[in-house]
Amino acid sequence: MSILRVPVTPDDHIAGKDDALATLVEYGDYECPACGAAHPIVNQLRQHFGDELRFVFRHFPLTEIHPNAESAAEAAEFAAEHDRFWQMHEAIYDNQEQLGGPLLIAIARELRLPEQDLEEALLNATYAPAVRKQFLGGVRSGVNATPTFFVNNRRHDGEFGFNSLARAITDAVVETETRIRTAS
Amino acid sequence: MAQLLWPGQEAPDFTLHVTPDQELSLRDLKGKAVILAFYPADWSPVCGDQMAVYNEILPEFRHHNAELLGISVDSAWCHKAFAEQRHIHFPLLADFHPKGAVAKAYGAYRESDGFCERALFVIDGEGEIFWSYCSPLAINPGADGILDALERLGRSHRQQTRRDEGKAADKGKTDVDSQSASHAG
Repeated sequence: MSILRVPVTPDDHIAGKDDALATLVEYGDYECPACGAAHPIVNQLRQHFGDELRFVFRHFPLTEIHPNAESAAEAAEFAAEHDRFWQMHEAIYDNQEQLGGPLLIAIARELRLPEQDLEEALLNATYAPAVRKQFLGGVRSGVNATPTFFVNNRRHDGEFGFNSLARAITDAVVETETRIRTAS
Repeated sequence: MAQLLWPGQEAPDFTLHVTPDQELSLRDLKGKAVILAFYPADWSPVCGDQMAVYNEILPEFRHHNAELLGISVDSAWCHKAFAEQRHIHFPLLADFHPKGAVAKAYGAYRESDGFCERALFVIDGEGEIFWSYCSPLAINPGADGILDALERLGRSHRQQTRRDEGKAADKGKTDVDSQSASHAG
């Protein structure tokens, strides 16, 4: 079974509380239709589990089949630098069908981010190393497709529908609670 | 599940079509590590495709001086269309005629289905199997096992080189000793 080899750190894009009982890590690609389909499911899960769940997103762009995935990932890293990662992330998936340079710039404008800086960063591939680092961490953890989910460090090999992920997260919550009880 | 060949066994040589008019043999790659990735079929869903993921990891494989070969029972023409559509930058071998013969030699053929297992092999530069793994058919193996194996292979290779160098140094030392002995005599 594949295990998440790169632990979640404050450098990650994290939504949720540090003391959440379960952590869901997604390796995703902004142009991947399956990731687009998983996006609302992840949001439903976050709503359903509330503070029990924290969600981490890491980039895994499959650039040969998704020519716009890399620039989108770099744009998200740019937004993260300005503390707007999740807004960029949401906006990209909400408009996935129009993905491309113009959309990224339009989102930056909407989020009041310096558009010109984004254009330059994309041109210079400023955030490419950060994206590649996440990608390679995914490779070493056994990411085999997009999206690939890890629930409390274990690769989720089932479907990524709501029920399947919710079951895995519930198990993880119970497991953590048991561990805390036995430790105290 | 078929019984794969295991580490330490000699990797059976083969010659297969890599394009409709070109063939490739395992022995052509002697001196390099070879990753042999058997997979059931071309044209699985895009984002879940094992070959599409490996395609993105080629620089890491090359960093280990390893050559990746995909292999399925699809024909060379089918591989050509698949590789073009998915921008695959490594050879896809057609184990097409006689169907699955190479997969059978490696213990990676599913007789009941008529296609290959999802089986991975890392073969060392001498043509010996260093690592093998068969994934459940529904689970696309990532590249973590391959990269772990390549790292171990690199380490054992370096250790071997150091041992050889050590032996050579010892031998040199003995020579010097015997020389000084003869001088003394």
